[in-house]
Amino acid sequence: MDKRVEKKKLDLGSRYQALTQDLQWNTSYQPMEKVFPYARYEGIRVHDWSQWQDPFKMTLDVWWRQQSDKERRLYAVLDAFAQNNGQIGVSDARYVNAVKLMLQVFSPLKYALHRALAHSARNLPGDALRIATQIQASEQLRHAQQTVHAASVYNKYFNGMHEVPRWYEQAWYLAPVKSFADDLASAGPFELMVAISFGFETLLSDTLFVPFMSAAAHNGDLSMVPAGFSSQSDTTRHKQAGITLVKFLLQQDSLNISTVQRWVDKWFWRSFRLMPMVAMLQDYMVPKRVGSWKESWDTYVEAPVEALFAELAAYGLKKPAGWQAACAAKDHLSHQAWNAFYGYGHALAFHTWVPGNDELEWLDRKYPNSFDRWYRPRLSYYAQCEAAGKRFHNHALPMQCQVCQQPMIFTEPGDGRWIAYRETQHEDESFHFCSDQCQTIFANEPDKYVQAQLASHAILQTSGSETTENALQASIADLGVVIGRDNGEFHGSEDDTNFTLWGGGQDMKEAQL
Amino acid sequence: MSVTAIGAYTHEPHDTADRFTAPLLYVAWDEHMIFAAPAVVPLSMHTIMADVQSKVLPKLYGAHPEFERIQWSQVQWFCGDRMFTPKPKGTLAEHGFGHKSVLRFRTPGLEGLRGSCG
Amino acid sequence: MSNVFIAFQANEESRPLVDAIVADNPEAQVVYSPGLVKIDAPNRLVVKRETIEEIIGRKYDLQELQINLVTLSGNLDEDDDEFVLSWKH
Repeated sequence: MDKRVEKKKLDLGSRYQALTQDLQWNTSYQPMEKVFPYARYEGIRVHDWSQWQDPFKMTLDVWWRQQSDKERRLYAVLDAFAQNNGQIGVSDARYVNAVKLMLQVFSPLKYALHRALAHSARNLPGDALRIATQIQASEQLRHAQQTVHAASVYNKYFNGMHEVPRWYEQAWYLAPVKSFADDLASAGPFELMVAISFGFETLLSDTLFVPFMSAAAHNGDLSMVPAGFSSQSDTTRHKQAGITLVKFLLQQDSLNISTVQRWVDKWFWRSFRLMPMVAMLQDYMVPKRVGSWKESWDTYVEAPVEALFAELAAYGLKKPAGWQAACAAKDHLSHQAWNAFYGYGHALAFHTWVPGNDELEWLDRKYPNSFDRWYRPRLSYYAQCEAAGKRFHNHALPMQCQVCQQPMIFTEPGDGRWIAYRETQHEDESFHFCSDQCQTIFANEPDKYVQAQLASHAILQTSGSETTENALQASIADLGVVIGRDNGEFHGSEDDTNFTLWGGGQDMKEAQL
Repeated sequence: MSVTAIGAYTHEPHDTADRFTAPLLYVAWDEHMIFAAPAVVPLSMHTIMADVQSKVLPKLYGAHPEFERIQWSQVQWFCGDRMFTPKPKGTLAEHGFGHKSVLRFRTPGLEGLRGSCG
Repeated sequence: MSNVFIAFQANEESRPLVDAIVADNPEAQVVYSPGLVKIDAPNRLVVKRETIEEIIGRKYDLQELQINLVTLSGNLDEDDDEFVLSWKH
């Protein structure tokens, strides 16, 4: 019998070397500075690109195969969900508002990340990093598409998903997302990588794509959940690329340290200021509850980030400037966000509601330090108003932070009493911020932020009117949102009525895990 | 420090007073966060404080159960961080307010629904 | 000393991975939540190709684990035989 000879394969490390770093070449007929015109202006110094490699050692040949495998599996699940009317198998139609919010926020955001990373992917001179970044750029597009596909079945049956690209561009409550993306779009290739792969994805993305997705699974969402889990598998590679890139930049030249620190500070905070919506998704919008936002923060942010920065200290990097304030917010963030969104309920493209008594009890158990003291009385009041047929409605135009563009709803760190105000005079104009960190971001690049189009100001400039009552609601109606049908109170809405009519819903007993 | 840019970077501030039909005043009732954020109010800075109190504030905050219980003589007034005592016939401008300034008021003893600052 | 962790979609394909990790990391703790299985270990966690192969009875490429991977924490060091997460401090 012939002896079977196994074909010799390169080992993982050698294959990676051959298909990434060994592709590096320096151009001769055009200078490298012309081929990579964005490589130096940020002031980052790199002396030896061969020192960076992707810990996953991902090469394009493996990547194409693996990703197509993931897609085949994912779309089989999405098809099955749609074929089996999965949309009426979710716990409660209130949950569908979580799907709406994810679609409205994360599909455009991921698309914007894709565009930003495509810029980095073209313009970073190191070949191994450029390949990893091309992969990342493609994957952000994948995530945007997956979110749209996963939401698509819900869109056929529920309201509030019909003009997402337009709302992203112009809806007042999505301005913080657009502002984040626009700030990224104007950054250079190195800042982009630190902002996305390290700042957003490493430090914070798990909270949405892991514990929230698990809670969504518990509520029967077999569409968004596999999409979310599958996206996050790609994101693990982005995170490792981000962490190793930060270490690489810190080691390449000590002059990079202060720049990288400034970026880490800025983008941790800008990413954190997208978290209010994630926090309220977990605490308020998932009817069958698993864990709280605070628990997610502890498990997926506080502990891993402390561990990561304990290590990065050796490279000269400190924890982000806003770290203490962000951790101190964990008792308050979801409640402050829901309180604000409830009050502006007629100016959104999704429904809001007061949680039921069991849910209020759960919130109190999970937040013994803050819920009863600061937030339950407001929700009780809203429930009273609703029962009397006069739902509470905040008619005013909200003041926004000049940098993060969130409405100024956040209190001083660790406190529930005083809204945080910060003010800077710049070239004879007053600018206002929600926090020390946004104020610092402004101070570092004021020319960038003085141009910001804050939603409430834009509404006034467009209308030329001085009447602000219902201006917010009018601005959303202008974008094709049907007031009362697509927003406002959930109970009694078309979504609610239809869901009952279709026989939707599950047994609402709380998880015993 | 200005923006790090690859070339010349021009900028136009977006919210100067000339871009609005009236200057903007930001208004907040501290410790009453059912009004989740300060309000943006286009308002002439020639408006007198008596009119701010009797016309602007009730429109913004009248819905709150505590509003009718406010004892106006006890109210604390702030222009930004600075506490001040308003003269009823004095204008906002005379009290130091201008475009994009912040007016806050506090009502000691009235700290929101069940004292929760809501 | 800090934990490293790895989390997979909870399904039939990740089950042998979890078993292999538990076998090779005596201090690992497994936590299940809907749809998800997460394994924490103090300071270091190793996934060994050989152990997985013994369990599933076929050749296994460690890069396959990415199909069901959801997230991880720690510094990654990977070759054809081992996928290691660790903190250096």
